[in-house]
Amino acid sequence: MSNAILLQQGRLIDPSNGTDRVVDILIENGIIRTIGSRVEPQEGCEVLACEGKVIAPGFVDMHVHLREPGYEHKETIATGTLAAAYGGFTAVCCMPNTNPAIDDESIVQFVQSQGKKSNHGIVDVFPVGAVTKGRDGKLMAPISELVQAGAVGLSDDGAPVHDAGIMRRAMEYASMYDVPIIQHCEDVPLAKGGVMNEGETATRLGLPGIPNVAEEVMLARDVMLAEFTRARYHAAHVSTAGSVALMREAKRKKIGVTCEVTPHHFTLTDKEVSSYDTNTKMNPPLRTQADVDAIKEGLRDGTIDVIATDHAPHSLDEKDVDYIQAPFGIVGLETAIGLAVTELVETGVLTLTQLVEKFSTNPRKIIGKAIVVAEGQVANLTVFDPSAQWTVDCAEFHSKSKNSPFNGARLKGKSVAIFNHGRIFINEHYSG
Amino acid sequence: MKLASRHLLGLDGVSHDDIELILDTAVTFKEILNRPIKKVPPLQGKTIVNLFFENSTRTRISFELAQRRLSADVVNFAASGSSVTKGETLKDTARNIEAMKIDMVVIRHASAGAAHFLTKVVKANVINAGDGCHEHPTQGLLDMYTLREKFGSLKGLRVCIVGDILNSRVARSNIFGLQTMGAEVSVCGPSTLMPLEIERLGVKVFHHLDDVLPQVDAVNVLRIQMERSAAGLFPSLREYHRFFGVTSERLNKVNRPIAVLHPGPINRDVELSADVADGPHSLILEQVLNGVAVRMAVLYLLGLSE
Ligand SMILES: [Zn+2]
Repeated sequence: MSNAILLQQGRLIDPSNGTDRVVDILIENGIIRTIGSRVEPQEGCEVLACEGKVIAPGFVDMHVHLREPGYEHKETIATGTLAAAYGGFTAVCCMPNTNPAIDDESIVQFVQSQGKKSNHGIVDVFPVGAVTKGRDGKLMAPISELVQAGAVGLSDDGAPVHDAGIMRRAMEYASMYDVPIIQHCEDVPLAKGGVMNEGETATRLGLPGIPNVAEEVMLARDVMLAEFTRARYHAAHVSTAGSVALMREAKRKKIGVTCEVTPHHFTLTDKEVSSYDTNTKMNPPLRTQADVDAIKEGLRDGTIDVIATDHAPHSLDEKDVDYIQAPFGIVGLETAIGLAVTELVETGVLTLTQLVEKFSTNPRKIIGKAIVVAEGQVANLTVFDPSAQWTVDCAEFHSKSKNSPFNGARLKGKSVAIFNHGRIFINEHYSG
Repeated sequence: MKLASRHLLGLDGVSHDDIELILDTAVTFKEILNRPIKKVPPLQGKTIVNLFFENSTRTRISFELAQRRLSADVVNFAASGSSVTKGETLKDTARNIEAMKIDMVVIRHASAGAAHFLTKVVKANVINAGDGCHEHPTQGLLDMYTLREKFGSLKGLRVCIVGDILNSRVARSNIFGLQTMGAEVSVCGPSTLMPLEIERLGVKVFHHLDDVLPQVDAVNVLRIQMERSAAGLFPSLREYHRFFGVTSERLNKVNRPIAVLHPGPINRDVELSADVADGPHSLILEQVLNGVAVRMAVLYLLGLSE
């Protein structure tokens, strides 16, 4: 990035300090110098026209699978962070279900250093450490060492921490630090063998179902444990109306819990599975319209804090099998803003300010990486155009994997550029 | 007359007219089966592969007979679960089929959706001979053929499917097909063997045979698998027989005959008592003959499509 760049006439939305106004922002050497109604461009200063665009504190996707180390044929930290940059994220939290798992400080350091090397480090890679050694749910991982090395949360994601006794101890231990335990809520015997939401569509298709209660039983248990231990608890990818109700009640009781939802869970229903398209297979599965409606209400009323993608790359070959054999998961980094604007802002569920909260303010607070857009601060920004219309073409994804059910979808809302660590990344696919 | 689709993957979504066309065509083929010379030429020069990833001698023989009666060249491929995972085997096998210029594939596979998957990989016509717990459309068609032959029409006919609805592809194909043809379908079995929201498919759900038998013209009794008991879905075969077994004692309580179907093979005196299976109202042997005629009809009609 050149020494100075002027963002002209963008709508700055920073929920952390209540800002929502049209401004010019002058950035010099990666630092926000001036924010004002009109800032005159100096000699040699680059200019980015931002009329109609939103300038927000850098978005973070707090739930991605970068697959490195171990599954580099699906994704690498370089390709995953490039997809994040195109998707409008200045940071990602990567889940520890790698091989080896992120259950040791050396792996935390490896992931961090790969992140710094990738795309000039413009996307911060914040590792999530494992709760248990090898993510096998038995022995506690070296939580203190992981946190000291920089893990921003603890999770066995891909699998739940199943044993209530182990969860209790992990919560107690983690509560010595300001990090959340991020749970993949799934009661394994209840979900066993299932590949899609249990209900009418699964019954019609003859596919084994995962009942909504498999998620809710574990979330209910964990909410009680969080109340008991006073630990910080974050439910990953909630997918059911029942989970939203449990979270609402927990928050009413002031229990220290937060949660996230994925774009596919507020966009699609299990009816999509009818084609046996393996890109509709993810865990938790797509649910019903009633669940989608409840999730939207949860987003609207603040029960759901965060939008996170659960970006889960799989190679073409891995997904090109029959439905039952196919692995769970879809990529999400490059469609998140489009889906959120289309499904939530355009429909009046969320204001743009609330959208910024769900993509930046709230997740950053949860992982302890809060930022503010103010003079003198490092420029960590996402610029997106909420009225840009575009068609998803999975072949254009920068992620190594293209497993998305949204190929051909018409969306509104696209990332224009991100700023971080003195660098600017312009999305050349954006044409305003 | 042609079918709307060039594959037969299930009866869900197949129109009334198409089902009627298949059943009417099967009438002609059944006449041929009763002649001294049973072979006709429509599929001469066509090659059909029977791709069976699950054992089913009966279904395979029925298909093979139908294919040979229509003068097709037949190749049987039986794949057992080897070291390769099922998915890889299916895709690899499908690619080989594509290379060998096969015209039609009949597939039986343990995974729901396997036949759909095959249509994405091969150009041949695909006939689903049972995919996991999803559908077994030719079984549904032969059951409907048998009922139509017995009762004259399916419209308004009251049929109860008894047993393990959760794991049954026969149940699903019967429900979809019979409903399209205007029949009234109910299901009866232990609540643990009922798939969630089955009532949303438009069927009435019963858990006591004595409640449903007075209300039906025919029962289609499903084979109960021993493994379901081991999986904790019901306590024992003994208890299953006592509460869900179709017996002459139960049927006799209703003072009019109820036709009995079973897709075979029968666990005698478990889901169906031997005297009922061999009794005057059993249509089970008719089903076997009709199966060949119906499969001939399906193969013939798909052979007309490009
Ligand atoms: Zn998960």
